[in-house]
Amino acid sequence: MKPVPADQPKVWGLLAEFANPADLKEAAEAIRNAGYTRWDAHTPFPVHGLDHAMGIKPTRLPYVVLAAALTGAVGGLLMQWWMNAIDYPIIISGKPFNSLPADIPVTFELTVLLASLTAFVGMLIANALPRFHHPLFASAPFRRVTTDAFFLAIEAEDPRFDLAETKTLLLGARATRVFPVEG
Amino acid sequence: MGVATIGRVSRDNTSTDPKVRAPLVLPGNDYASITDKVCSIVETPRPPKAWYVAFCIAASLTGVLGAVVVYLITTGVGVWGLNKPISWGFDITNFVFWVGIGHAGTLISAILYLFRQKWRTGINRFAEAMTIFAVICALLFPGIHVGRIWLEYWIAPLPNQMSMWPNFRSPLLWDFFAVGTYFTVSLCFWYMGLIPDLATVRDRAQGKVRQIAYGILALGWTGSNRHWHRYERAYLLLAALATPLVLSVHSIVSFDFATSMLPGWHATIFPPYFVAGAIFGGFAMVLLLAVPCRQWFGLKDVITPRHLENMCKIVLATGMMVGYAYAIEFFIAWYSGNPTEGFVFINRAFGPYAWAYWTMVFCNVATPQVFWSRRARSNPWIIFGVALCVNVGMWFERFVIIVTTLSRDFLPSSWNSYTPTWVEIATLAGSFGLFFTLFLLFLRFLPMVAMAEVKAIMPAPHDPVRR
Repeated sequence: MKPVPADQPKVWGLLAEFANPADLKEAAEAIRNAGYTRWDAHTPFPVHGLDHAMGIKPTRLPYVVLAAALTGAVGGLLMQWWMNAIDYPIIISGKPFNSLPADIPVTFELTVLLASLTAFVGMLIANALPRFHHPLFASAPFRRVTTDAFFLAIEAEDPRFDLAETKTLLLGARATRVFPVEG
Repeated sequence: MGVATIGRVSRDNTSTDPKVRAPLVLPGNDYASITDKVCSIVETPRPPKAWYVAFCIAASLTGVLGAVVVYLITTGVGVWGLNKPISWGFDITNFVFWVGIGHAGTLISAILYLFRQKWRTGINRFAEAMTIFAVICALLFPGIHVGRIWLEYWIAPLPNQMSMWPNFRSPLLWDFFAVGTYFTVSLCFWYMGLIPDLATVRDRAQGKVRQIAYGILALGWTGSNRHWHRYERAYLLLAALATPLVLSVHSIVSFDFATSMLPGWHATIFPPYFVAGAIFGGFAMVLLLAVPCRQWFGLKDVITPRHLENMCKIVLATGMMVGYAYAIEFFIAWYSGNPTEGFVFINRAFGPYAWAYWTMVFCNVATPQVFWSRRARSNPWIIFGVALCVNVGMWFERFVIIVTTLSRDFLPSSWNSYTPTWVEIATLAGSFGLFFTLFLLFLRFLPMVAMAEVKAIMPAPHDPVRR
């Protein structure tokens, strides 16, 4: 990033709008190929193929969820075994204290509970949400991103960022308009 | 789609022509019109008059519920008509009924998602809301039927003053874990789906209060594709987890009955029979809510005739599974050669509760048969009528299972009959009040259609002319 003169407001980045998801995807490929790293696409709904165009690596969330599911299963079994067979054995219909079949429903429910909570909370943590302030929120046109607008945002922090060059690149990638975002 | 062609395109998208892919959103809509249609419902300063009327009735019934629950807790469970041998009556009937209602919401949101049934997007949001509110109503009944509700925490595996642990071999405890997990997971799933749509409402909000309230609820969602990537993966995982969960919940509810030694309850068919019944009754409730909602809130383009038709087909299919289960119960009662079992079933159909049994058979087996006709599947009045019947029938199914078995035990000396008191009837009515109050508030304040998901299945706008 090149130094910004002191009399100009600090630029957070450039925001480019695209007419449709297909143009956005092509532009994303162009930006990725140009070697940018700190940038993102913003869309009203998940656009198929955009992950690939942007070169996003698959999230590791499924492994975290698997670990949580195993924890729920093992924890559930151990809890029931310890409570009903070790710490306070209760005789029920003459069945063995450690009766595995009867422990299955609760084990299953705890597996699902822990895995689901991890999927939900893990998604939020990985996405750094909730985040109630974002420079993009100050941009009036950006409000349409949750309705029907397709945007590409490149941060000024990106080592390849240059106000003029990046703008030319985005316009060349069929952006309908490109404007700076302060922040 | 050009404007000129819109007028010629039929509003009826129920065609079965396999050469044509029926549109899931009626023609003449784009991304912005979907947002406008759905958001205007929560943005309008005045909802339709019907909303006010419905809300007044529902809120009054919720007040009645509060009063009878306080009366029950302060006086004791003796205010209900339960006694030996009929120790379960309206309370557990209502519990099983409401848990069952919830199942359709999860089926639509999770199972249809895994099967890539794209038509689910029009109806999944309010069906999931229905699940949450139905499970709240369901949890109320086991909650208040225990008598000393201040000792309820004994169910949880928490250290307590008796130094005892819960008995994990009891199906009633499995139920606590199953329904509790079901509620938590459904809430996560529903809220996660809401996040992008809450952001839409936030971005359109005019007043400061709305901006802050929806801003907090939307958690700072920016539609970032890096976020969407993890979001979609987490959504898929939740769907994959909710699918076996929903099947397990009503199976475990049926274990409450099936693991007992009572004739009419002790049957291996119970888990699949209960799950089919739950989906049957739940879809009927979705239809009961969808038919007036799309009318009052102008959502006929999103909740199309095809959506209603598909749901009618599911009601027909699950209704026949339920009918099959009724028949098999009778067959096994005869085939097992167990005289008590045989007697219980003859008594169900021809004994003192025969009226309830035949109401159940008429509502659950006979009325859905009209859905063989395409005309019936596309007439909202007939759909509403059948859905109402099915809900009545499914309530009676649980009533028949519980009361006929308990009232005719092995020992004729302990036979008795059951009549609900006014408190039980008021609690049942009040639970409907609570359900509809929550649902009407949901319609007023939260987007009732999953906008982001509907947009994802719409055809993308045409590319501009290439330079």
